[in-house]
Amino acid sequence: MQILGVAIARLTGVPLPGPLIGMLLLLAALLLLGRVPQGMRDTCHHALKHLMLLFIPPTAGIMLYLGPLEREWIPFLVACIVAAALTLVVTGLTLRWMLRRDGKTTS
Amino acid sequence: MTGELAALWAALADTPIFWLSFTLVVYMGAALLYQRSAGFPLLLPMLTAVVVVVGFLYATGTPYTVYAEHTWFLQFLIGPATVALAVPLYGQLPRLRRMMAPVLVALLAGSVTAIASAIGIAWAMGASLQTQMSLAPKSATMPIAMEVAALNGGLPSLTTVAVAITGIAGAIMATGLLSLLRIRDPAVTGFSLGVTAHAIGVARAFQANETAGALAALGMGLNGIATAVLVPLLISLVALF
Repeated sequence: MQILGVAIARLTGVPLPGPLIGMLLLLAALLLLGRVPQGMRDTCHHALKHLMLLFIPPTAGIMLYLGPLEREWIPFLVACIVAAALTLVVTGLTLRWMLRRDGKTTS
Repeated sequence: MTGELAALWAALADTPIFWLSFTLVVYMGAALLYQRSAGFPLLLPMLTAVVVVVGFLYATGTPYTVYAEHTWFLQFLIGPATVALAVPLYGQLPRLRRMMAPVLVALLAGSVTAIASAIGIAWAMGASLQTQMSLAPKSATMPIAMEVAALNGGLPSLTTVAVAITGIAGAIMATGLLSLLRIRDPAVTGFSLGVTAHAIGVARAFQANETAGALAALGMGLNGIATAVLVPLLISLVALF
């Protein structure tokens, strides 16, 4: 699926990462099938619990870029953290408000 | 003895197996610590592990490129893992159909907040225009954020740092902030995590439960697209004044 996705991205020039297209393809395949094969469900369940492990190497790559930041690291850090907090709050409140307004609580 | 140790180190430091097991052990240690602390937010396994890895690389004088090269397998797995996100998403489809409009409105609100607050805070604190532009797409997933920064006059390398810090900060703060607001619906917390903290948020959401994870994956995907559209739009809007 990922290979297909990468190939399609190359061929069509769609500005989406190959794996993302692969995900959409798998989603389409599951829709066609109408259910998730048991083996696939278990594999995905366990693999996705440890997703963080995969992001350790690329995130450690930030050590390369600490140099150019020296002068502006305080505004940089504050902007990152405060903006993240604001985004969390605004997204959460908006979604809850919209869900309540529609009277469709999900819980 | 020290000579032998040095020789052993030299042999080990050039093998993928050493760096892969090293990363795995550090991750397991970090996860155990997190568990022991009953989920203390600052001990997020991701943060602990990255600090240990970076510290170790500095201490041993190993260039990051060597580490990255030897752990390519983990980075390669991100692809299949992304594809695997289709499975939980599929499980949530019936619910998603019911909440399409709320999700899209929340996405718009969240994405605009992320971009505007990043630029605004950096500007208010006197950061350069280039830094502001590098910060703008920081809630989007890494490949998209770097592309957007490059297209809008930011520095992709700075964006990488901003994306990573935002992801970690978002994942750390989510539980506390959202429960303060009495938001407990896993669908809502998950979606907020995905929109704010991209892949790291998705990883954090999957630690909680599968519903949150699926919604986080949806939030990440949608915000990637929204950010690419909204950053140039908001910049031209600001330029009008």
